[in-house]
Amino acid sequence: MNWRPSAGPGAWRARAQLLEVIRGFFKARSVLEVHTPLLAFGTVTDPHIHSIAVPDTVTGTDHGLYLQTSPEFAMKRLLAAGSGPIYQICPAFRDRERGSHHNTEFTLLEWYQPGFSLEDLMDEMDDLLAECLNCEAGKRLSYRQVFYDLIELDPHNAGRPALLRRATALGLVGGGELDDNGILDFLFTHAVQPQLGTGISYIFDYPASQAALSRILKGQPPVARRVEVFSDGLELANGYEELLDAIELRARFEQDLALRAAMGMQQPRVDESLLEALEHGLPECAGFALGIDRLLMRVLGVDTIQQVLSFPDTSMPNQE
Amino acid sequence: MASYSTNEFKNGLKLLIDGDPCSIIDNELVKPGKGQAFNRVRLRNLKTSRVIERTYKSGDSVEGADVMEINLQYLYNDGEQWHFMHEESFEQYPADEGVVGDAKNWLKEQDVCVITLWNGHPISVTPPNFVALEITQTDPGVRGDTASGATKPATVETGAVIKVPLFVDEGEKVKIDTRTGEYVSRVKD
Repeated sequence: MNWRPSAGPGAWRARAQLLEVIRGFFKARSVLEVHTPLLAFGTVTDPHIHSIAVPDTVTGTDHGLYLQTSPEFAMKRLLAAGSGPIYQICPAFRDRERGSHHNTEFTLLEWYQPGFSLEDLMDEMDDLLAECLNCEAGKRLSYRQVFYDLIELDPHNAGRPALLRRATALGLVGGGELDDNGILDFLFTHAVQPQLGTGISYIFDYPASQAALSRILKGQPPVARRVEVFSDGLELANGYEELLDAIELRARFEQDLALRAAMGMQQPRVDESLLEALEHGLPECAGFALGIDRLLMRVLGVDTIQQVLSFPDTSMPNQE
Repeated sequence: MASYSTNEFKNGLKLLIDGDPCSIIDNELVKPGKGQAFNRVRLRNLKTSRVIERTYKSGDSVEGADVMEINLQYLYNDGEQWHFMHEESFEQYPADEGVVGDAKNWLKEQDVCVITLWNGHPISVTPPNFVALEITQTDPGVRGDTASGATKPATVETGAVIKVPLFVDEGEKVKIDTRTGEYVSRVKD
Protein backbone atom coordinates (compact mmCIF):
# COMPACT_ATOMS: atom_id res chain seq x y z
CA MET A 1 0.00 0.00 0.00
CA ASN A 2 1.31 3.43 -0.92
CA TRP A 3 1.37 5.78 2.05
CA ARG A 4 1.86 8.90 -0.05
CA PRO A 5 -0.91 11.48 -0.60
CA SER A 6 -2.72 11.54 -3.93
CA ALA A 7 -2.72 15.32 -4.14
CA GLY A 8 0.59 17.16 -3.99
CA PRO A 9 1.81 20.40 -2.43
CA GLY A 10 0.30 22.47 -5.26
CA ALA A 11 -3.13 21.16 -4.37
CA TRP A 12 -2.59 21.65 -0.62
CA ARG A 13 -1.61 25.26 -1.16
CA ALA A 14 -4.46 25.88 -3.58
CA ARG A 15 -6.95 24.51 -1.05
CA ALA A 16 -5.60 26.69 1.75
CA GLN A 17 -5.71 29.71 -0.53
CA LEU A 18 -9.24 28.94 -1.68
CA LEU A 19 -10.50 28.64 1.90
CA GLU A 20 -8.89 31.97 2.74
CA VAL A 21 -10.62 33.63 -0.21
CA ILE A 22 -13.97 32.11 0.79
CA ARG A 23 -13.65 33.22 4.41
CA GLY A 24 -12.69 36.73 3.28
CA PHE A 25 -15.69 36.81 0.95
CA PHE A 26 -18.20 35.97 3.65
CA LYS A 27 -16.54 38.14 6.27
CA ALA A 28 -16.89 41.13 3.97
CA ARG A 29 -20.62 40.35 3.64
CA SER A 30 -21.16 39.80 7.37
CA VAL A 31 -22.08 36.15 6.96
CA LEU A 32 -21.18 34.27 10.16
CA GLU A 33 -19.08 31.09 10.05
CA VAL A 34 -20.82 28.40 12.10
CA HIS A 35 -20.04 24.88 13.17
CA THR A 36 -22.57 22.06 13.48
CA PRO A 37 -21.83 18.40 14.31
CA LEU A 38 -21.02 15.77 11.72
CA LEU A 39 -23.04 13.18 13.62
CA ALA A 40 -26.82 13.51 13.82
CA PHE A 41 -29.79 11.54 15.04
CA GLY A 42 -31.81 11.97 11.84
CA THR A 43 -30.78 12.04 8.21
CA VAL A 44 -31.94 12.60 4.64
CA THR A 45 -34.75 10.49 3.21
CA ASP A 46 -33.78 11.03 -0.45
CA PRO A 47 -33.76 7.54 -2.04
CA HIS A 48 -30.68 8.48 -4.07
CA ILE A 49 -28.54 9.52 -1.13
CA HIS A 50 -27.09 6.83 1.11
CA SER A 51 -26.14 8.02 4.58
CA ILE A 52 -23.44 6.28 6.54
CA ALA A 53 -24.80 5.05 9.87
CA VAL A 54 -22.64 4.75 12.93
CA PRO A 55 -23.54 2.07 15.47
CA ASP A 56 -24.50 3.39 18.87
CA THR A 57 -22.56 1.27 21.33
CA VAL A 58 -24.16 3.00 24.29
CA THR A 59 -27.74 1.97 23.51
CA GLY A 60 -26.67 -1.00 21.41
CA THR A 61 -28.86 -0.06 18.45
CA ASP A 62 -27.41 -0.51 14.99
CA HIS A 63 -28.24 2.85 13.54
CA GLY A 64 -27.34 5.08 16.43
CA LEU A 65 -26.27 8.16 14.55
CA TYR A 66 -25.63 9.21 10.98
CA LEU A 67 -22.69 11.00 9.41
CA GLN A 68 -24.13 14.06 7.69
CA THR A 69 -24.63 14.09 3.93
CA SER A 70 -24.65 17.88 4.20
CA PRO A 71 -24.99 20.41 7.04
CA GLU A 72 -28.38 21.56 5.71
CA PHE A 73 -30.63 20.24 8.46
CA ALA A 74 -28.45 21.51 11.30
CA MET A 75 -27.95 24.93 9.70
CA LYS A 76 -31.67 25.37 9.16
CA ARG A 77 -32.17 24.79 12.86
CA LEU A 78 -29.68 27.62 13.49
CA LEU A 79 -31.61 29.84 11.07
CA ALA A 80 -34.85 29.07 12.90
CA ALA A 81 -33.09 30.05 16.12
CA GLY A 82 -32.34 33.48 14.67
CA SER A 83 -28.77 33.05 13.39
CA GLY A 84 -29.08 35.40 10.45
CA PRO A 85 -26.81 34.78 7.44
CA ILE A 86 -24.49 31.83 8.08
CA TYR A 87 -21.94 29.67 6.28
CA GLN A 88 -19.98 26.52 7.01
CA ILE A 89 -17.13 24.62 5.39
CA CYS A 90 -17.23 21.02 6.52
CA PRO A 91 -16.91 17.36 5.56
CA ALA A 92 -19.91 15.53 4.12
CA PHE A 93 -20.28 11.79 3.64
CA ARG A 94 -22.20 9.87 0.99
CA ASP A 95 -21.99 6.14 0.66
CA ARG A 96 -21.82 4.43 -2.77
CA GLU A 97 -20.44 7.55 -4.41
CA ARG A 98 -16.97 6.82 -5.75
CA GLY A 99 -15.58 7.81 -9.09
CA SER A 100 -13.40 10.35 -10.79
CA HIS A 101 -15.74 13.10 -9.56
CA HIS A 102 -16.93 11.46 -6.37
CA ASN A 103 -15.41 10.47 -3.04
CA THR A 104 -17.26 9.08 -0.05
CA GLU A 105 -15.97 11.92 2.12
CA PHE A 106 -15.83 15.34 0.53
CA THR A 107 -15.95 18.99 1.58
CA LEU A 108 -18.96 21.27 1.27
CA LEU A 109 -19.31 25.01 1.57
CA GLU A 110 -22.90 25.68 2.56
CA TRP A 111 -24.42 29.10 3.15
CA TYR A 112 -27.80 30.68 3.78
CA GLN A 113 -29.01 34.23 3.21
CA PRO A 114 -32.31 35.26 4.81
CA GLY A 115 -34.32 37.46 2.49
CA PHE A 116 -32.55 36.33 -0.70
CA SER A 117 -34.42 35.16 -3.77
CA LEU A 118 -32.96 32.49 -6.06
CA GLU A 119 -31.78 35.31 -8.34
CA ASP A 120 -30.02 37.09 -5.45
CA LEU A 121 -28.39 33.78 -4.62
CA MET A 122 -27.09 33.34 -8.16
CA ASP A 123 -25.75 36.90 -8.10
CA GLU A 124 -23.83 36.11 -4.94
CA MET A 125 -22.47 32.88 -6.44
CA ASP A 126 -21.30 34.87 -9.46
CA ASP A 127 -19.38 37.15 -7.09
CA LEU A 128 -17.91 34.24 -5.16
CA LEU A 129 -16.82 32.33 -8.27
CA ALA A 130 -15.33 35.50 -9.75
CA GLU A 131 -13.05 35.68 -6.71
CA CYS A 132 -12.23 31.97 -6.70
CA LEU A 133 -11.92 31.27 -10.41
CA ASN A 134 -11.46 34.71 -11.89
CA CYS A 135 -14.34 33.89 -14.22
CA GLU A 136 -17.19 35.80 -15.81
CA ALA A 137 -20.78 35.75 -14.60
CA GLY A 138 -22.54 32.52 -15.52
CA LYS A 139 -25.22 32.04 -18.13
CA ARG A 140 -28.67 31.34 -16.68
CA LEU A 141 -31.05 28.84 -18.25
CA SER A 142 -34.15 27.18 -16.92
CA TYR A 143 -34.18 23.38 -16.78
CA ARG A 144 -36.84 23.45 -19.48
CA GLN A 145 -34.94 25.87 -21.68
CA VAL A 146 -31.67 23.99 -21.52
CA PHE A 147 -33.40 20.74 -22.49
CA TYR A 148 -35.07 22.50 -25.45
CA ASP A 149 -31.87 24.19 -26.56
CA LEU A 150 -29.51 21.26 -26.27
CA ILE A 151 -31.59 18.15 -26.96
CA GLU A 152 -34.87 19.46 -28.35
CA LEU A 153 -37.06 17.85 -25.73
CA ASP A 154 -39.50 19.44 -23.31
CA PRO A 155 -38.75 17.80 -19.95
CA HIS A 156 -42.16 18.73 -18.61
CA ASN A 157 -44.36 17.81 -21.57
CA ALA A 158 -42.51 15.46 -23.92
CA GLY A 159 -44.06 12.49 -22.18
CA ARG A 160 -42.38 9.40 -20.80
CA PRO A 161 -42.33 7.36 -24.05
CA ALA A 162 -40.45 10.07 -25.95
CA LEU A 163 -37.99 10.63 -23.12
CA LEU A 164 -37.40 6.90 -22.74
CA ARG A 165 -36.89 6.45 -26.48
CA ARG A 166 -34.23 9.15 -26.52
CA ALA A 167 -32.55 7.75 -23.43
CA THR A 168 -32.42 4.25 -24.89
CA ALA A 169 -31.04 5.58 -28.16
CA LEU A 170 -28.28 7.24 -26.12
CA GLY A 171 -27.26 3.93 -24.55
CA LEU A 172 -29.37 3.64 -21.39
CA VAL A 173 -30.11 0.02 -20.49
CA GLY A 174 -33.17 -0.76 -18.37
CA GLY A 175 -34.66 2.72 -18.60
CA GLY A 176 -38.14 1.23 -18.42
CA GLU A 177 -37.56 0.45 -14.76
CA LEU A 178 -36.73 4.05 -13.89
CA ASP A 179 -39.26 6.63 -12.81
CA ASP A 180 -39.63 9.76 -14.93
CA ASN A 181 -37.09 11.64 -12.84
CA GLY A 182 -34.56 8.88 -13.36
CA ILE A 183 -34.95 9.15 -17.12
CA LEU A 184 -34.58 12.94 -16.89
CA ASP A 185 -31.47 12.45 -14.73
CA PHE A 186 -29.99 10.25 -17.46
CA LEU A 187 -30.80 12.72 -20.21
CA PHE A 188 -29.45 15.61 -18.17
CA THR A 189 -26.17 13.96 -17.18
CA HIS A 190 -25.48 12.23 -20.48
CA ALA A 191 -26.81 14.62 -23.08
CA VAL A 192 -27.43 18.06 -21.60
CA GLN A 193 -24.64 18.51 -19.06
CA PRO A 194 -21.79 17.56 -21.43
CA GLN A 195 -23.01 20.24 -23.85
CA LEU A 196 -23.21 23.10 -21.36
CA GLY A 197 -19.95 24.44 -22.69
CA THR A 198 -17.16 26.33 -21.03
CA GLY A 199 -17.73 28.82 -18.23
CA ILE A 200 -20.33 28.85 -15.50
CA SER A 201 -23.93 27.75 -16.13
CA TYR A 202 -26.88 28.11 -13.77
CA ILE A 203 -29.74 25.73 -14.44
CA PHE A 204 -32.76 26.82 -12.41
CA ASP A 205 -36.46 26.01 -11.97
CA TYR A 206 -36.20 22.26 -11.75
CA PRO A 207 -39.22 19.94 -12.20
CA ALA A 208 -41.43 20.06 -9.11
CA SER A 209 -40.84 16.33 -8.61
CA GLN A 210 -37.16 17.09 -8.09
CA ALA A 211 -37.69 19.86 -5.54
CA ALA A 212 -35.94 18.17 -2.59
CA LEU A 213 -36.13 20.88 0.12
CA SER A 214 -36.81 23.82 -2.18
CA ARG A 215 -40.12 25.65 -2.42
CA ILE A 216 -42.38 24.90 -5.37
CA LEU A 217 -43.77 27.70 -7.48
CA LYS A 218 -47.27 27.03 -8.73
CA GLY A 219 -47.76 27.36 -12.46
CA GLN A 220 -48.01 25.50 -15.74
CA PRO A 221 -46.08 23.44 -14.99
CA PRO A 222 -45.18 23.97 -11.33
CA VAL A 223 -41.42 24.31 -10.87
CA ALA A 224 -39.07 23.93 -7.94
CA ARG A 225 -37.09 27.04 -7.00
CA ARG A 226 -33.90 25.12 -7.23
CA VAL A 227 -30.68 25.93 -9.07
CA GLU A 228 -27.57 23.96 -9.93
CA VAL A 229 -24.24 25.45 -10.91
CA PHE A 230 -21.93 23.89 -13.49
CA SER A 231 -18.39 24.83 -14.43
CA ASP A 232 -17.37 23.53 -17.85
CA GLY A 233 -20.03 20.85 -17.43
CA LEU A 234 -18.90 19.78 -13.92
CA GLU A 235 -21.62 20.03 -11.26
CA LEU A 236 -20.40 22.38 -8.52
CA ALA A 237 -23.34 23.44 -6.38
CA ASN A 238 -27.02 23.04 -5.58
CA GLY A 239 -29.17 25.85 -4.23
CA TYR A 240 -32.74 26.52 -3.12
CA GLU A 241 -35.23 29.11 -2.19
CA GLU A 242 -35.86 27.13 0.95
CA LEU A 243 -39.15 25.39 1.69
CA LEU A 244 -40.55 26.83 4.92
CA ASP A 245 -43.67 24.71 5.35
CA ALA A 246 -43.18 21.90 7.88
CA ILE A 247 -46.29 20.02 6.77
CA GLU A 248 -45.18 20.02 3.14
CA LEU A 249 -41.69 18.90 4.16
CA ARG A 250 -43.02 16.05 6.25
CA ALA A 251 -45.16 14.96 3.29
CA ARG A 252 -42.05 14.93 1.07
CA PHE A 253 -40.12 12.90 3.64
CA GLU A 254 -42.96 10.40 3.78
CA GLN A 255 -43.10 10.17 0.00
CA ASP A 256 -39.37 9.43 0.00
CA LEU A 257 -39.81 6.73 2.62
CA ALA A 258 -42.62 5.15 0.59
CA LEU A 259 -40.37 5.12 -2.48
CA ARG A 260 -37.61 3.52 -0.45
CA ALA A 261 -39.97 0.88 0.88
CA ALA A 262 -41.16 0.09 -2.65
CA MET A 263 -37.54 -0.43 -3.71
CA GLY A 264 -36.71 -2.57 -0.70
CA MET A 265 -34.35 0.07 0.65
CA GLN A 266 -33.55 0.92 4.24
CA GLN A 267 -35.77 3.32 6.13
CA PRO A 268 -33.54 6.04 7.60
CA ARG A 269 -34.59 7.94 10.68
CA VAL A 270 -36.44 11.16 9.79
CA ASP A 271 -34.98 14.32 11.31
CA GLU A 272 -37.84 15.40 13.58
CA SER A 273 -35.77 18.26 15.00
CA LEU A 274 -35.64 19.85 11.54
CA LEU A 275 -39.41 19.58 11.19
CA GLU A 276 -39.87 21.14 14.64
CA ALA A 277 -37.55 23.99 13.65
CA LEU A 278 -39.68 24.61 10.56
CA GLU A 279 -42.82 24.49 12.68
CA HIS A 280 -41.27 27.16 14.88
CA GLY A 281 -40.49 29.19 11.79
CA LEU A 282 -37.65 29.46 9.31
CA PRO A 283 -37.08 32.95 7.88
CA GLU A 284 -37.53 33.34 4.11
CA CYS A 285 -34.11 32.44 2.82
CA ALA A 286 -32.10 30.92 0.03
CA GLY A 287 -28.98 28.80 0.35
CA PHE A 288 -26.28 27.05 -1.65
CA ALA A 289 -24.19 23.92 -1.08
CA LEU A 290 -20.98 23.92 -3.11
CA GLY A 291 -18.43 21.13 -3.49
CA ILE A 292 -15.07 22.57 -2.45
CA ASP A 293 -13.14 19.67 -3.96
CA ARG A 294 -14.93 20.13 -7.30
CA LEU A 295 -14.20 23.86 -7.17
CA LEU A 296 -10.58 23.07 -6.45
CA MET A 297 -10.51 20.80 -9.52
CA ARG A 298 -11.50 23.82 -11.58
CA VAL A 299 -9.02 26.12 -9.83
CA LEU A 300 -6.19 23.68 -10.61
CA GLY A 301 -7.50 22.61 -13.99
CA VAL A 302 -7.47 18.90 -13.15
CA ASP A 303 -9.96 16.27 -14.25
CA THR A 304 -10.24 13.97 -11.26
CA ILE A 305 -11.19 14.55 -7.65
CA GLN A 306 -8.37 12.23 -6.58
CA GLN A 307 -5.91 14.89 -7.68
CA VAL A 308 -7.25 17.33 -5.08
CA LEU A 309 -7.76 14.92 -2.16
CA SER A 310 -4.91 13.93 0.13
CA PHE A 311 -6.11 10.35 0.72
CA PRO A 312 -9.14 9.53 -1.45
CA ASP A 313 -11.13 6.25 -1.36
CA THR A 314 -8.93 5.00 -4.18
CA SER A 315 -5.84 5.23 -1.98
CA MET A 316 -7.23 2.69 0.48
CA PRO A 317 -6.45 -1.04 0.24
CA ASN A 318 -8.65 -3.24 -2.00
CA GLN A 319 -9.51 -0.32 -4.23
CA GLU A 320 -8.80 -0.11 -7.96
CA MET B 1 -22.89 -17.56 -16.94
CA ALA B 2 -22.70 -15.48 -13.76
CA SER B 3 -24.03 -11.94 -13.61
CA TYR B 4 -22.00 -9.00 -12.45
CA SER B 5 -23.38 -6.04 -10.52
CA THR B 6 -22.21 -2.58 -11.53
CA ASN B 7 -20.35 -2.52 -8.20
CA GLU B 8 -18.10 -5.23 -9.62
CA PHE B 9 -17.40 -3.51 -12.91
CA LYS B 10 -13.75 -2.98 -13.70
CA ASN B 11 -11.55 -2.81 -16.77
CA GLY B 12 -11.13 -6.17 -18.47
CA LEU B 13 -14.38 -7.66 -17.16
CA LYS B 14 -16.15 -9.64 -19.91
CA LEU B 15 -19.87 -9.03 -20.30
CA LEU B 16 -22.54 -10.21 -22.74
CA ILE B 17 -24.05 -7.16 -24.45
CA ASP B 18 -26.78 -7.64 -27.06
CA GLY B 19 -25.57 -11.17 -27.55
CA ASP B 20 -21.91 -10.32 -28.12
CA PRO B 21 -18.97 -10.77 -25.73
CA CYS B 22 -17.53 -7.41 -24.74
CA SER B 23 -14.68 -6.28 -22.51
CA ILE B 24 -14.93 -3.20 -20.28
CA ILE B 25 -12.38 -0.56 -21.18
CA ASP B 26 -13.79 2.26 -19.05
CA ASN B 27 -16.31 2.44 -16.19
CA GLU B 28 -17.45 5.72 -14.68
CA LEU B 29 -19.95 6.64 -11.95
CA VAL B 30 -22.25 9.34 -13.30
CA LYS B 31 -24.54 10.75 -10.66
CA PRO B 32 -26.17 14.12 -10.24
CA GLY B 33 -25.90 15.38 -6.64
CA LYS B 34 -29.55 14.65 -5.97
CA GLY B 35 -30.50 11.98 -8.44
CA GLN B 36 -30.16 8.54 -9.95
CA ALA B 37 -26.71 6.98 -10.05
CA PHE B 38 -25.51 5.42 -13.29
CA ASN B 39 -22.49 3.48 -14.47
CA ARG B 40 -21.38 4.75 -17.83
CA VAL B 41 -19.36 2.02 -19.49
CA ARG B 42 -17.23 1.83 -22.62
CA LEU B 43 -16.65 -1.66 -23.94
CA ARG B 44 -14.86 -3.32 -26.79
CA ASN B 45 -16.97 -5.84 -28.69
CA LEU B 46 -14.62 -8.81 -28.84
CA LYS B 47 -16.24 -10.16 -32.01
CA THR B 48 -16.28 -6.94 -34.05
CA SER B 49 -13.49 -4.99 -32.27
CA ARG B 50 -15.77 -1.96 -32.20
CA VAL B 51 -16.03 0.23 -29.11
CA ILE B 52 -19.55 0.68 -27.75
CA GLU B 53 -21.03 2.73 -24.91
CA ARG B 54 -23.74 1.69 -22.50
CA THR B 55 -25.15 3.20 -19.34
CA TYR B 56 -26.53 1.04 -16.55
CA LYS B 57 -28.47 2.01 -13.45
CA SER B 58 -26.05 1.63 -10.56
CA GLY B 59 -26.77 -1.60 -8.76
CA ASP B 60 -28.10 -3.38 -11.83
CA SER B 61 -26.58 -6.65 -12.98
CA VAL B 62 -25.29 -7.61 -16.40
CA GLU B 63 -24.67 -11.11 -17.67
CA GLY B 64 -21.03 -12.10 -17.85
CA ALA B 65 -19.54 -13.59 -21.00
CA ASP B 66 -17.59 -16.83 -20.89
CA VAL B 67 -14.42 -15.47 -22.46
CA MET B 68 -10.91 -16.68 -21.92
CA GLU B 69 -7.57 -16.44 -23.67
CA ILE B 70 -5.43 -19.50 -24.27
CA ASN B 71 -2.21 -20.29 -26.07
CA LEU B 72 -2.73 -22.62 -29.01
CA GLN B 73 -0.38 -23.96 -31.59
CA TYR B 74 -1.19 -23.29 -35.23
CA LEU B 75 -1.35 -26.54 -37.21
CA TYR B 76 -2.50 -25.81 -40.75
CA ASN B 77 -5.30 -24.33 -42.79
CA ASP B 78 -7.46 -25.93 -45.46
CA GLY B 79 -8.40 -22.65 -47.11
CA GLU B 80 -11.65 -22.46 -45.16
CA GLN B 81 -10.60 -23.06 -41.59
CA TRP B 82 -7.42 -22.50 -39.68
CA HIS B 83 -6.70 -25.28 -37.22
CA PHE B 84 -5.15 -24.78 -33.81
CA MET B 85 -4.25 -27.24 -31.09
CA HIS B 86 -3.73 -27.07 -27.35
CA GLU B 87 -0.20 -28.35 -26.80
CA GLU B 88 -1.01 -30.27 -23.63
CA SER B 89 -4.56 -31.53 -24.13
CA PHE B 90 -4.21 -31.92 -27.92
CA GLU B 91 -7.71 -30.53 -28.22
CA GLN B 92 -8.24 -28.94 -31.63
CA TYR B 93 -9.97 -25.64 -32.33
CA PRO B 94 -10.98 -24.60 -35.84
CA ALA B 95 -11.33 -20.91 -36.69
CA ASP B 96 -12.72 -19.53 -39.90
CA GLU B 97 -11.14 -16.81 -41.98
CA GLY B 98 -13.10 -13.97 -40.38
CA VAL B 99 -11.91 -14.99 -36.93
CA VAL B 100 -8.29 -15.44 -38.00
CA GLY B 101 -8.35 -12.07 -39.68
CA ASP B 102 -5.06 -10.32 -40.25
CA ALA B 103 -3.19 -13.07 -38.41
CA LYS B 104 -3.39 -15.29 -41.49
CA ASN B 105 -0.63 -13.17 -43.04
CA TRP B 106 1.85 -14.21 -40.38
CA LEU B 107 1.04 -17.74 -39.28
CA LYS B 108 3.64 -20.41 -39.75
CA GLU B 109 3.06 -23.99 -38.74
CA GLN B 110 3.78 -24.62 -35.05
CA ASP B 111 3.68 -20.93 -34.13
CA VAL B 112 1.99 -20.41 -30.76
CA CYS B 113 -0.79 -17.80 -30.81
CA VAL B 114 -3.13 -16.30 -28.27
CA ILE B 115 -6.69 -17.33 -29.09
CA THR B 116 -9.70 -15.68 -27.48
CA LEU B 117 -12.40 -18.25 -26.81
CA TRP B 118 -16.04 -17.40 -26.25
CA ASN B 119 -18.13 -20.29 -24.94
CA GLY B 120 -15.22 -22.47 -26.02
CA HIS B 121 -15.09 -21.20 -29.61
CA PRO B 122 -12.35 -19.02 -31.12
CA ILE B 123 -13.45 -15.43 -31.81
CA SER B 124 -10.05 -13.89 -32.39
CA VAL B 125 -6.49 -14.94 -33.10
CA THR B 126 -3.45 -12.94 -32.05
CA PRO B 127 -0.16 -14.07 -33.61
CA PRO B 128 3.13 -13.63 -31.77
CA ASN B 129 4.29 -9.99 -31.78
CA PHE B 130 7.21 -10.86 -34.03
CA VAL B 131 7.60 -13.60 -36.59
CA ALA B 132 10.50 -14.67 -38.80
CA LEU B 133 9.41 -15.44 -42.35
CA GLU B 134 11.30 -16.33 -45.51
CA ILE B 135 11.08 -14.07 -48.54
CA THR B 136 9.80 -16.19 -51.39
CA GLN B 137 9.72 -13.52 -54.08
CA THR B 138 11.23 -10.09 -54.51
CA ASP B 139 13.08 -8.20 -57.20
CA PRO B 140 16.85 -8.04 -56.73
CA GLY B 141 17.93 -4.81 -55.07
CA VAL B 142 20.93 -2.63 -55.82
CA ARG B 143 23.90 -4.36 -54.29
CA GLY B 144 25.26 -2.57 -51.22
CA ASP B 145 22.41 -0.03 -51.10
CA THR B 146 21.98 0.05 -47.35
CA ALA B 147 21.53 3.78 -47.10
CA SER B 148 18.73 4.89 -49.38
CA GLY B 149 15.75 3.94 -47.19
CA ALA B 150 13.79 3.12 -50.28
CA THR B 151 11.70 -0.04 -50.18
CA LYS B 152 10.41 -2.68 -52.54
CA PRO B 153 7.59 -5.15 -52.19
CA ALA B 154 8.41 -8.71 -51.10
CA THR B 155 6.24 -11.80 -50.78
CA VAL B 156 6.83 -13.97 -47.72
CA GLU B 157 6.22 -17.67 -47.28
CA THR B 158 2.67 -17.15 -45.99
CA GLY B 159 1.72 -15.28 -49.13
CA ALA B 160 1.62 -11.88 -47.46
CA VAL B 161 3.30 -8.96 -49.22
CA ILE B 162 5.38 -6.53 -47.16
CA LYS B 163 7.75 -3.67 -47.87
CA VAL B 164 11.43 -4.40 -47.35
CA PRO B 165 14.65 -2.41 -47.87
CA LEU B 166 16.24 -2.76 -51.32
CA PHE B 167 19.16 -4.88 -50.04
CA VAL B 168 16.95 -7.76 -48.91
CA ASP B 169 17.04 -10.78 -51.23
CA GLU B 170 14.86 -13.76 -52.00
CA GLY B 171 15.53 -16.65 -49.69
CA GLU B 172 16.44 -14.41 -46.78
CA LYS B 173 14.50 -14.57 -43.55
CA VAL B 174 13.11 -11.31 -42.13
CA LYS B 175 11.67 -10.32 -38.76
CA ILE B 176 8.22 -8.74 -39.02
CA ASP B 177 6.20 -6.88 -36.39
CA THR B 178 2.77 -8.50 -36.74
CA ARG B 179 1.03 -5.57 -35.10
CA THR B 180 2.04 -3.18 -37.86
CA GLY B 181 2.89 -5.60 -40.67
CA GLU B 182 6.26 -3.91 -41.01
CA TYR B 183 9.74 -5.23 -41.68
CA VAL B 184 11.97 -4.96 -38.61
CA SER B 185 15.26 -6.58 -39.59
CA ARG B 186 16.89 -9.48 -41.33
CA VAL B 187 17.18 -12.70 -39.36
CA LYS B 188 20.32 -14.77 -39.44
CA ASP B 189 19.57 -18.45 -39.03
